[in-house]
Amino acid sequence: MSFTLDQRLAGPLADPAAEAGYDEHPPRMGFFTDTSVCIGCKACEVACKEWNLVPEDGLDLTGMSYDNTGELGASTWRHVAFVEQTTPRRDAVDLGMPSVPQGAVEDDREVRWLMSSDVCKHCTHAACLDVCPTGSLFRTEFGTVVVQEDICNGCGYCVPACPYGVIDIRPGDGRAWKCTLCYDRTSAGQEPACAKACPTDSIQYGELDELRERAAQRVDALHEAGTSQARLYGHDPADGVGGDGAFFLLLDDPEVYGLPPDPVVTTRDLPAMWTRAAAVAAGVVATVAAAFLGGRP
Amino acid sequence: MTHQDHIDTPAGRDVRAPRERAAAQPETVPPAEFRSYYGRPVLKQPVWKVPDVPVYLFSGGMAGASAVLAELAAATGRPALARVARLGAAGGALAGVGLLIHDLGRPARFLNMLRMVKFTSPLSVGTWILSPFSALTTAAAASEITGVAPVLGRAAGLGAAALGGPMTTYTAVLITDTAVPAWHEAYREMPVVFGASAVSAAGGLGLLGLGVLGADVAENAPAARLGAAGAAVELAAGTAMERRLGDIGEKYRTGPAGRWLRAARVLSATGAVGAIAGRRHRGVAAASGVALLAGSLATRFGIFFAGRASAADPRDTVVPQRARVSRSGPGSP
Repeated sequence: MSFTLDQRLAGPLADPAAEAGYDEHPPRMGFFTDTSVCIGCKACEVACKEWNLVPEDGLDLTGMSYDNTGELGASTWRHVAFVEQTTPRRDAVDLGMPSVPQGAVEDDREVRWLMSSDVCKHCTHAACLDVCPTGSLFRTEFGTVVVQEDICNGCGYCVPACPYGVIDIRPGDGRAWKCTLCYDRTSAGQEPACAKACPTDSIQYGELDELRERAAQRVDALHEAGTSQARLYGHDPADGVGGDGAFFLLLDDPEVYGLPPDPVVTTRDLPAMWTRAAAVAAGVVATVAAAFLGGRP
Repeated sequence: MTHQDHIDTPAGRDVRAPRERAAAQPETVPPAEFRSYYGRPVLKQPVWKVPDVPVYLFSGGMAGASAVLAELAAATGRPALARVARLGAAGGALAGVGLLIHDLGRPARFLNMLRMVKFTSPLSVGTWILSPFSALTTAAAASEITGVAPVLGRAAGLGAAALGGPMTTYTAVLITDTAVPAWHEAYREMPVVFGASAVSAAGGLGLLGLGVLGADVAENAPAARLGAAGAAVELAAGTAMERRLGDIGEKYRTGPAGRWLRAARVLSATGAVGAIAGRRHRGVAAASGVALLAGSLATRFGIFFAGRASAADPRDTVVPQRARVSRSGPGSP
C-alpha cells in the first residue's frame, strides 16, 4: 500500500497502521466514550493509575467543581471533567417533590451536570508522533500512539504539538508520558483498564469501525428521545486530525469540556513551512552576499 | 469561590481567571465571547526551558548567518571580519549544542536525537543541521586560531556556510510546527523574522568584534549594512506578523512578550541607525553591534514568551476554531 505526502500528513486515512509500515496487523482499536451515561465516579482514573503504575501527581482541591484532577497530563491519563451549568428549564411535570435549594438560579432555569472521561485521542494524524525526533513515540499495530519510555530523552517537542493538550513531561522524571491505550493489555486481548472498570459502559473499547457505527446509533437514539444537544466529537475521518482513535458523545460544545472545537494537526502545514524556510534561508545567503557588493569603500 | 461563580448565565460569562480579568480591563476592548472549561487552558504550555531555548534561537541564528559572512569576508580580503565571524559561528553553534542538551529532560540521552532522520520533525531535521554545522564551524575556528591546516579549515568553513542559511530559519519551523496559536498561525512570517534577526545579529557581532579588535574600520562596511538591513526587515516582518494574526497577535504586545519585543524594537532600531551613521567611529560601531545583538536576543525572548502566553489562554485556541466551525455550517461538531 502506498500513500501520498498529503495523505500521510492530514486528511482521511483509512489505515494508519498500514501507513506506519505494518503489512499485516489487527483492526484499528479505540475508545468510544459516551458521556451521556458517565456518572463521574472516576473509577477510570483510579483503574488507569493502578494498572499503569502512574504516580500520584497532586491531591489538591481545585475549588472549581467536583473535578479535583483538573486536566490530562504526564501522570493523569484519564481525566473526568465535571461541568455544572444552568440551562433553560425543559417542560417538566411538577411532581410536587421537595427540591434542593438552588440559590440564585432563576425559576425558568435548571441546573445540569455534565461529566466526561477524557483521554488521549490516539489521532489518525498524531502531531506528537510526527514531531518526535527520537522515534520514541510510535504507531502500534492497533493504530494507537505510544511513548517508549526507554527511548524518550525529554526534548518536550510533543507537548506543544498536541492540539488537545494531552501529553506532558513528568516532573522529576524528565520524560513524556501519556495514555498507551493499555498497550500491554490490548496486546494480550484484554480491554484497557479504564474501560474494564467503567460501571456504566460510558467507556467502550473495541474495533474503531464498530464503535463508530454504535456511536451513530446511540446519537440517533438520543435525538429521538429529545436530547437534541447530543453530538459526536472526534468521530469524523475528515476532521483536522483525520479522526480520533478515541472519540466521544458530548452533550454540549466541546470547549465546555476543555476540548478544542476544531483541532488541526500542525504538521498539515509542514510542507508549506519547510518551503518558506528554505526560500528565506536562500534569501539570507543572498542578503549576506549583497552586503559585500561594491567592493571596499 | 462558590458554585455560583461557575454557573452559566444566558448571556454567557467571563471565564478568565480573576487576575487576568482585572489586568485586561483597563486598556483592552472586550474580548470575543467564548466558552471554556472553567477558563482552563486547552493546550499544554511549551516545557522548553528559559533561558536555554530562547537563547539558542538567538545563538543558532547568529552562528548561521556568521558562517556565511565569514567565508564571504575571507573571499573578499577582509581577514579580521572573517576571524570574528568564524569565532562567532563556532561559539554560537557550540553554545547552542550545550543549551539544547541542557534543555532535555534526560540530557544523558541526547544521542537518541541521532537515532533517525525524520522530516516530519523539525527537531530531527534541525539536529542534522546543527550537528555537522557545529563540527564544521569548530574546525574552521580552530584552524583560524591555530593556523593549523588552513586548507582544511577553509573547506570546513565553506561547509559550515552551506549550512548557515538553514541554521537561520529552521528554528522558525521548529516553533511554528506546534499547536500553539500565536506560533503556528505565524508560520508564514516567522522564517522572515528569524532570518532577518540572525542577519542583524551577525552584522552586530561583526561590528562589535572589529571594534574590540581595533581593526581597520574599512572592513566593517558589510557588517554595518547587514546589521541595519537585518534589523529593518526584523522590525517590518515582526510588525506585519502581529497585524495579520489579529486577536492572537495580542500575545506579542502584552505581558513579558510585549516588554521583550518593545525593548527589541528600540535596540534594533538604535543599532541600525548607529551602524549606518557611525560605523567609521570605532566606539559607535561597537556599541551599535551590541545593540543589534541585544535586539536580536530580545526578539527571540519575546516570541518565545508570546507562545507560552498563547498556549495558556484558552481564548486563542477556542475562538478561531469556533469561528471556523461556524463558517463551515451547522452540523459540525
